[in-house]
Amino acid sequence: MRTELKAFLGSLAQQRRVVWALILRELITRFGRDNLGVLWVVGEPMLFTLGVATFWTATGLTHSVNIPIVAFAVTGYSSVLMWRNAASHCSSAVEANKNLLHHRGVKVLDTIIARMALEVCGATCSFIVLSLFFIYIGWMPVPDDLLLVIAGWLMLAWFGASLALLVGAAVAFSQVVERLWWPTAYLLFPASGAAFMVDWLPSKLRPYVLYLPMVHGIEMLRQGYFGSIVKTHYDIGYMATCCLILSLSGFFVVREASRRVEL
Amino acid sequence: MLIVEHLVKDYDTRQGRRRVLKDVSFELKPGQHLGILGRNGAGKSTLIRLLSGAERPTSGRIQRRMRISWPLAFGGAFHPHLTGLDNLKFICRIYGIDYKPLIPFVEDFTELGVYFREPVQHYSYGMMTRLAFALSMAIEFDCFLIDEAMVAGDIRFHERCYYELFVKRKDRAFVLVTHDHGPISAECDSVCVLNEGQLQPFKDVEAGLTWYSSMMLENALTYEAQPLGTLKPGALSIRDRVHE
Repeated sequence: MRTELKAFLGSLAQQRRVVWALILRELITRFGRDNLGVLWVVGEPMLFTLGVATFWTATGLTHSVNIPIVAFAVTGYSSVLMWRNAASHCSSAVEANKNLLHHRGVKVLDTIIARMALEVCGATCSFIVLSLFFIYIGWMPVPDDLLLVIAGWLMLAWFGASLALLVGAAVAFSQVVERLWWPTAYLLFPASGAAFMVDWLPSKLRPYVLYLPMVHGIEMLRQGYFGSIVKTHYDIGYMATCCLILSLSGFFVVREASRRVEL
Repeated sequence: MLIVEHLVKDYDTRQGRRRVLKDVSFELKPGQHLGILGRNGAGKSTLIRLLSGAERPTSGRIQRRMRISWPLAFGGAFHPHLTGLDNLKFICRIYGIDYKPLIPFVEDFTELGVYFREPVQHYSYGMMTRLAFALSMAIEFDCFLIDEAMVAGDIRFHERCYYELFVKRKDRAFVLVTHDHGPISAECDSVCVLNEGQLQPFKDVEAGLTWYSSMMLENALTYEAQPLGTLKPGALSIRDRVHE
């Protein structure tokens, strides 16, 4: 038992080392050393969110006047980035890194975790920086219930990470998944709850939209942010179940994919 | 010890499954120098990929009871945007060692000069190979995997490789795959021939080399014996070379 624990801790330390090495490698190769460099991890999602916030403000998308539009856009689009970017970048993780598998310590799982971690961190930092900035200049209110905001965000991160794991591993299984992923991500965006609140929908439509796990996360996030001025619909148990199923199937597919990778 | 038991590797091709390795078993003791001879396409590189762990066997088992290197001088893991130094750091991070003490050796061996701190995309093929080889030497292993086809370079580079590998590290084990007699008779203490997915062991190096030569000769002769219409130019020169 002692030796097994020791072996496990050894493997864990090794994995941590490899994932960290992969993250640093990814940072340099994707963003380079010139101009802002690593800051682009945060800058890229920030620009996206800013653009969408501007667009939504200009077109007056919100139906309800009592919701601050900037806060609505920031909470909505940051959440989209969380699940979409992680999965999109992980879809090419194995293909881009498979030559590294010659190094015994590098596993298929590590290549996916590295990209997933980078995207989740990037989206999180961008969300925090944007929120602080807009709160500071007064365009965004202070969150009503910070703990609920954090809980909603963590749920979205879990969803993003488990989806990324599944997509990344499934692509290593069959390239068709990558082809399917892009249109799916594109089509999911309007339904994901980023640009509407579930309460605005006709009550007949609500149950269908609530099949999508990320909708629950965004609703939860907004409940925390806006408090009693909004009415939200979410079920944390449902979302957690979905994430758990995604995570477990993700790990299973990774294991199968590792056996199939060909250089 | 490196123990390889009943290794089978299939690949899916457009013509269906193809069995590249049929039933490969061998043992490598610490310090043993094993040469594996095989023609082009015999499955040598596949075997190396399985030994390094980059790919998994379809069936069979590999027990690694010593530290096995990645294929020597393998440069495929370089990222074009990373500098030589970045690549050294990356490798060191993976293997959990400090890169700083290794810089002088790598700089000296690769003779890259200022290019050591430039992105690999500006390297020539020779520079890339020197860097790859130096990184292979920077990490300590008990057993090196050597695919002879990967180590190409000028005479000076070859001499330095030879010294680093076969003189300084001659107590280590290695698996050397090649299609050529030369390095086997010079460096190996045992030999196997990989033919049609099967690994044939020999009791001594001499016997293996003789068997391999006669197999190659036979192939060359059958090739020549085909009807003239299908004979391509160049076939005769193969025969001539074998006879020499």
